[in-house]
Amino acid sequence: MSGRGGAILSRVYLGAVFLFVFAPIMASFVFSFNSDRFPSIPLGSFTLHWYQKAFSDPDVWDAFRTSLKVAGSVALLSTAIGFCTAYTDFRFGFRFKPAYLALALLPPTIPLVIMGLAMLAWLSNVGLSGTVTAVIISHTVLATPFAMAVIRLRLSQMDPALEAAAWNLGASEWGAMRHVILPFCGPAIISALCLTAAVSFDEFAVAWFVSGLNKTVPVMILEILQGNVDPQINAIGTVVFLTSMTLVVLAQVMVMTRSRENPAKEKTE
Amino acid sequence: MPRRRLIYAMTWRLPIIIWQAAFFLVPLGFMVVMTFWAVKNYRMEPDFVLQNWDKMFSKGYFWDAYWLTLGRATLAAVIASLVAFPASYALAFKVSPAARRWAIFFLIIPFFTSYLVRAYAWQVILAEQGVINAGLSYLGLGPFTMLNSGIGAMVGYLTLTLPLVVILQTFSLASVDRNLIEAAWNLGCSRFRTIFRVIIPSAKVGLILGAVFCFILSFGDFVSPYYLGGSKPPTLSILIIDTTKSGQQWPRAAVVAVTMIATLMVVAFTAVSAAYRKPKQ
Repeated sequence: MSGRGGAILSRVYLGAVFLFVFAPIMASFVFSFNSDRFPSIPLGSFTLHWYQKAFSDPDVWDAFRTSLKVAGSVALLSTAIGFCTAYTDFRFGFRFKPAYLALALLPPTIPLVIMGLAMLAWLSNVGLSGTVTAVIISHTVLATPFAMAVIRLRLSQMDPALEAAAWNLGASEWGAMRHVILPFCGPAIISALCLTAAVSFDEFAVAWFVSGLNKTVPVMILEILQGNVDPQINAIGTVVFLTSMTLVVLAQVMVMTRSRENPAKEKTE
Repeated sequence: MPRRRLIYAMTWRLPIIIWQAAFFLVPLGFMVVMTFWAVKNYRMEPDFVLQNWDKMFSKGYFWDAYWLTLGRATLAAVIASLVAFPASYALAFKVSPAARRWAIFFLIIPFFTSYLVRAYAWQVILAEQGVINAGLSYLGLGPFTMLNSGIGAMVGYLTLTLPLVVILQTFSLASVDRNLIEAAWNLGCSRFRTIFRVIIPSAKVGLILGAVFCFILSFGDFVSPYYLGGSKPPTLSILIIDTTKSGQQWPRAAVVAVTMIATLMVVAFTAVSAAYRKPKQ
């Protein structure tokens, strides 16, 4: 495990693991421009046919519109709720706090099929099943923990005395929130918006159960998949990949750049 | 607490309580209640009967699915942990902190990008006339059947969980006290032995958490067993979908779901208490 041989070996192994993780993403990208119906090697010729075919279908546009509507609403709702929760955890101590945090962070550990069934049963009971609202509600439950985690991480970089200093200088609690806490959390809030939008934009299982006829993009992909091999999926999938990758990269960059800055500089803002 | 401060505190505390109570706890609770409802003439009726539990638990196919799912999820957790470990070890000890940050940066991305499309890509890659078999045929090998088998499902589980397992393992390995490792070397402990006697015990929590998350995700996943594993025999998640989508047998699907949650709770609790147990002196 030591010496040059070991170092090279461990790099090769790392490369293999990354290749495995990214192979399906790259494959889908390559296949989307490939003329063969059943892609294999050697590859066929370059074509935009699958993109043209997919995006001349009005159903695909409908699905993208629904997905955007859902992802946008989910991002706003879950980031707002996630911020409240992160701030509560940062600022207040109270009885039952472990239970409070468990409630906030638990949803992603429940299998999506089970969440789907539970949401379907409950939302049909209250007459919401099959609506876009149903998808927004369910995705907000799933996405809020991610928003909370991102914002909580940012708050843990803040000196708790900062808020108290604002009060001593005459700011009300609301004033300190507006002028100290919110600006400090700014990048994390943008990061949470991107991340929760990505979570919603990719979620297919719960959406499949509750969306009815208001299909989102992943639900549409799921239903195409149940038919035959259809290279259109690669074209739609590549667009989906690029969208969610952009969102996740943005989310990470927002958190990274600020945390590397000089903390003294931020305090003078 | 003065009234004004109480209002301030509650403004931040209550949103998640209200939202998760209404749209997380109540739906899950409702699902548990539903397992006792009766289905008459294809309609659900509030009731208190045990027939749904009885029906599911007395079926051979339910228990076949149960053991299949449990076995596959356990296997996935073991394989993912073993495959991830050398990579995490390299990231924690053999590369610069900057390179480690970039690696984590890239591993987070696939976790949030369409698993469904990635599963479809594997379908095409692993198929009988797919990329891998075509490549092997140049070497005069194959074709091998990988799709619609346990192998296909396992490739899917690893696609879903491997990035997360590597991230969790890397974090826990990177935070092992370097002095401890050097002390072991100075005392004549071989590199290989140090890994098993010093590094793995010190990083136990992260290693177990990685395996548990892999188990949870694989146990509940339906995409891999359905699209890559061939859906027959069904796993519990496929059983839920088939039972739900094929009509008004929601109470029976709920029985499967509640059984799954109970199993996950037992596994997670056992593993976490093992992770935090103090070693015997």
